Amino acid sequence: MTASQLAENIGASRLRANYIGFQTIVIKEVVRVLRIWIQTLVPPAISMTLYFIIFGGLIGRRVGEMGGYSYMAYIAPGLIMMSVINNSYVNVVSSFFGSKFGHYIEELQVSPLPNYLIILGYMMGGVVRGILVAVLITIIALFFTRLHLVHPLITVSVVILTAVLFSLGGLINAIYAKKFDDVTIIPTFILTPLTYLGGVFYSIHLLPVFWQNVSRLDPILYMVSAFRYGILGVSDIGIGTAYAIILLFILGLFCISLWLLNRGVGLRS
Amino acid sequence: MQALSIHGLAKTYKNGVVALKGIDFDVAEGEFTALLGPNGAGKTTTIGIVTSLVNKTSGTVKVFDYDIDTHMDRAKSCIGLVPQEINFNQFEKPFDIVVNQAGFYGIPRKLAKQRAEKYLKQLSLWDKRDDISRNLSGGMKRRLMIARALVHEPRLLILDEPTAGVDIEIRRSMWDFLKKINKEGITIILTTHYLEEAENLCRRVAIIDHGEIIVQGRTRELLEKLRTETFVLNLRKPLAQLPPLDGYAVTQVDDTTLEVEVSKSQNINGLFELLSKDDVQVLSMRNKVNRLEELFVRLVEGKG
Repeated sequence: MTASQLAENIGASRLRANYIGFQTIVIKEVVRVLRIWIQTLVPPAISMTLYFIIFGGLIGRRVGEMGGYSYMAYIAPGLIMMSVINNSYVNVVSSFFGSKFGHYIEELQVSPLPNYLIILGYMMGGVVRGILVAVLITIIALFFTRLHLVHPLITVSVVILTAVLFSLGGLINAIYAKKFDDVTIIPTFILTPLTYLGGVFYSIHLLPVFWQNVSRLDPILYMVSAFRYGILGVSDIGIGTAYAIILLFILGLFCISLWLLNRGVGLRS
Repeated sequence: MQALSIHGLAKTYKNGVVALKGIDFDVAEGEFTALLGPNGAGKTTTIGIVTSLVNKTSGTVKVFDYDIDTHMDRAKSCIGLVPQEINFNQFEKPFDIVVNQAGFYGIPRKLAKQRAEKYLKQLSLWDKRDDISRNLSGGMKRRLMIARALVHEPRLLILDEPTAGVDIEIRRSMWDFLKKINKEGITIILTTHYLEEAENLCRRVAIIDHGEIIVQGRTRELLEKLRTETFVLNLRKPLAQLPPLDGYAVTQVDDTTLEVEVSKSQNINGLFELLSKDDVQVLSMRNKVNRLEELFVRLVEGKG
């Protein structure tokens, strides 16, 4: 065997080994989501059912139409998106921080698996939970309203990309977190307000011009609007702009995650 | 070939603590080496750097000639680590923990399961494979970490105090297991507080203190450097007064126990002759501490 063939073989086996390592993290994360389904899948189902009953049903009747749809139909995409954002974020932040807290992140640190695959593995766990919750909430929504799915491809791609984005956000939060309080601060004080102000419950066109412009600084607005466009065909924002913003955030967050893991921030002393 | 080659390794933590002051430490392939030192000496920092859990400040580390700065993934593939603290997910099953670890090293799932079965059986954990790991005893948890460290069949196994808090029966069975895998060709580096363990198992010893290797070499040769040994003599009858034992440093601990320091230049038979002259009968004799412990204390406390 020549030197170049040998190098090629080593490269190929490394590639295969990396794929197996990545697959192992994904399986481990998905099994975790399903094993603790009472913590991961049931709470969003209950809280979103309450949102549908209270906001969509009781209050929505008095609100009337929004964007040409009943209020229930208008908020359904927003509520699905809110669940995807929260669950993909919380999944990665709790799983990765748990592994740091219990020191079993060292199982990965001592392994030859490259950091970018560790990031992608945890991210996939968050994406799977985000998608599972999205499907669950969509089924619940169908009990309350009719969803048309005007642009299926946009709907599905926006859900996946949003789950990717917030999984990466959760990972960065977990990397920096030193105690359990640090895990809840971002979702409580940043994520939830941004979600509420991101057009889940209303069209930003209802706001004065100044607050419309302020709302445009909220990245969640672009995801909610793009998803609503996919389902209902109405949006506060241009779909191209929404995709560009989402992809830009994903790229930025992935680079930050990789830089943090390569430097060992929060992991290596 | 050197399994581990460390040169000029230094580590200063962010808080200014200097953990390692440029150590040189080599371990040949197939060796069984003990890295000894008091708490805070730099043992765990050294292991942490080798296994990439700690960033080094300067120096080079090579594992089977793979430099951790340039070929970290290859170096990592050669190492199995059994850390000091329990570091597996205690809500997972032992079988899953070992299979997943194999996966992180790129071992296909089918083979990973076969290996997990092999090592869990060898470490008497097969019956516990489906239990929640949190419910395992302390000794079982340590053995589980050994099984996990071996599942990718490393060439170098590093154990950081693997028998801490483990009862003597399990400790001895772990010693037998480690001896067996070392004979099969795995290079082993062990840190321990049980110096009896190091003396029994390790052909080579390095002693680290205040971030510096103060001595390293073959265990037997280092023990020969011991200039004095302390023996404890148990007497048949109570002794009212200590007889004159010229040339020997003797302390009477109680009326039936003496402690005698015997230097290398002295003959222990001479001591017994003097005792016999005064009709003092010795019932039994033992080393006060094991010989490596004596060497360790003398070196670390600067008593030479």
